[in-house]
Amino acid sequence: MPLPLPYFLVLGALMFAVGAWGALSRSNAVRVLMSIELMLNAVNINLVAFNRYLTPSELTGQIFSIFVITIAAAEAALGLAIVLMIARRRGAIDINKINTLRG
Amino acid sequence: MPGSMWLIPVLPFAASAVLLFFGRRLGAVLGPLVGAAATGTSFVLSLLGLLALRGGAPAYHAQIRWAEVGDLSIRMGFMFDKLEAAVVTMVTFASFFIQLYAMGYMRGDAKYNRFFTIVSLFTAGMLTTVMADNLLLFTLGWEIMGFASFSLIGHWFEKIENAWAAFKAFVTTRIGDLGLMAAMFLLAAQAGTLQFDGIFEAVEGAAGAWWVTLAALFLFWAAVGKSAQLPLHVWLPDAMAGPTPVSALIHAATMVAAGVFLVARNYALFEASGTALDVVAWVGGVTLLFAAVVAVLQEDIKKVLAYSTMSQLGYMMMALGVGGYAAGVFHVVTHGYFKALLFLGAGSVIHALHHEQNMHRMGGLFRRMPVTAVTFIIGMLALAGIPPFAGYYSKDEILLAAYEANSALFWIGSVGALLTAFYMTRAVVLTFFGRPRDKHVFEHAHESPAVMTVPLLALAVPSLLYGLLAPQLLGQPVHQWLAFGGHAAHHEPSSFVMAVATGVAVAGILLGAVVFGVVPAASRKAVISALRPLYTVIKNKFYFDELYQAVFVRGTRALAGVAGVVDRYVIDGLVNGAAALTVFIGSQTRRLTNGFAQAYMLVLVGGVVLGIIVFQAIGG
Repeated sequence: MPLPLPYFLVLGALMFAVGAWGALSRSNAVRVLMSIELMLNAVNINLVAFNRYLTPSELTGQIFSIFVITIAAAEAALGLAIVLMIARRRGAIDINKINTLRG
Repeated sequence: MPGSMWLIPVLPFAASAVLLFFGRRLGAVLGPLVGAAATGTSFVLSLLGLLALRGGAPAYHAQIRWAEVGDLSIRMGFMFDKLEAAVVTMVTFASFFIQLYAMGYMRGDAKYNRFFTIVSLFTAGMLTTVMADNLLLFTLGWEIMGFASFSLIGHWFEKIENAWAAFKAFVTTRIGDLGLMAAMFLLAAQAGTLQFDGIFEAVEGAAGAWWVTLAALFLFWAAVGKSAQLPLHVWLPDAMAGPTPVSALIHAATMVAAGVFLVARNYALFEASGTALDVVAWVGGVTLLFAAVVAVLQEDIKKVLAYSTMSQLGYMMMALGVGGYAAGVFHVVTHGYFKALLFLGAGSVIHALHHEQNMHRMGGLFRRMPVTAVTFIIGMLALAGIPPFAGYYSKDEILLAAYEANSALFWIGSVGALLTAFYMTRAVVLTFFGRPRDKHVFEHAHESPAVMTVPLLALAVPSLLYGLLAPQLLGQPVHQWLAFGGHAAHHEPSSFVMAVATGVAVAGILLGAVVFGVVPAASRKAVISALRPLYTVIKNKFYFDELYQAVFVRGTRALAGVAGVVDRYVIDGLVNGAAALTVFIGSQTRRLTNGFAQAYMLVLVGGVVLGIIVFQAIGG
């Protein structure tokens, strides 16, 4: 007997919560990026699980998760490139010190 | 009738344009001659037209369709009938000689060319007004005259008083012009046309209707402004700030007479409303007496003539008001001739004395400038109404018309005639006779050059003969030539009126000659100090200027002050307040953009969570 749907949802929720916590509390820009990846993957788990349990005959959720993974990869590449540039310029990647555009 | 009568107003326009663009290149002689030639041609044309009319030719009328506004079809055209013939010949004749005269008077002036440009423009405006066949074109000429008058009064605007005088004249006449506008709207709405003949047709079936009286009174209000009648008379004496040829042309012979002409032109309208005629008669009567009284104590020779003009315009208005249509218009024409002559004579004196205008510093000038003196005296006799000078005939007709209509107005007119003869004699005696009161001024006096004396002589001819020979010139008696609506309102000659008219004129002259020629100055001073309060009131022109200053000028300024405060604090307050509010909101909300990316994220997460809760609450 396969695991029931709530197990996956709880896992996704926990992963999302961990990711959100990490994104909000860490000051290292790389860690923040990683946390965002975690949140995106939590969403992917949800998408795939719903697809499997609610509409098994279609592949909508899985295709969607592939989109998300693609976007996440692009986002990670861009984000890391920016972090790399900041690191070169300032020698530090503390997200709280990157505040040039404050009001 | 020449087919090119429309050239009469167009030629001076063209001359004005030529002078505007090429005046400086044409030089000090050729330039004014262009203007004079145009006006002279207009004069010849109008004389030909007059002779054609005399020979029984039908009136000239040419028009074009100009604009269609809804149901209102506006046509523009010129007409030339007996009324126009009488006035146009006078205007062009006077304007021609005044331009010649000005070549001498204005010589060496820094704005010489500007002067002649605007004089030509003015002449064109006046001729347009007289020959217009509809109220709109009439207004156009009327406004051109207003502008020309403004810029010529302020010709020497380097002196701030002159600029203010021009301003005062413009604003005061403008107040009157509102009446012309109002009348035009009313007539367009009620009569459905602005053509004079159409209006008169509509009026014929509506005698006594409210709008007829109202339109007539609106028109009269405009005439009051332009013709310097009470209560809008205050600008005319100040208008003497302009060069004297301008005073002769605009503020004596022509433009101020345009107000009278406006009433004469729309006489059918006034006649259809009896009330309006009474108003015209009484305003004219009061003005003629008021101005004659004030003229007696003026010291500036031009101011005497200015008040005299106002008084004579009052006569014309009164004549029209009491039904003396022919008398009123005839007086416009004769007055145009002899008042232009008088002003040019005064200008000649002023020119000779290097812009000394106070008569108390003149005296004994007869020997120094005989031509000026003789022609001035001819003008004075014409103005006083001594037979056989021109003024006698028209003034006699006016008094006759008044005598038959209203004895009060007749006596007002007679007293006015007495005063007229008196103050003109005073002016002549103080200027030309007696011992020179200012040796220095007298020593430098000299007769004016021929370019100025020839116009004086030319204008003296009609002043002397126009009344006597007008029936010969026109081929019929004046009251038939100027018959209104086909019926000559002829007043039976009355030997009583004639005796009174001549009697008061002679009495006025004798009185003036005795008081100012024989009685020593000390006795005059004694009389003045005995009548001190009366003297002060008259000397101050019955305090009209002070009253207007206090009520209208101060009132307007106070209103402007209030408007200024409202503008500064309420209007600007709203605008600046809106700006300040935006700035304030911005300064507060900028704190949200604090540079902590994680704070933004927190808000984002909070927003999402809040959204979910709300969504659950509503959806659930």
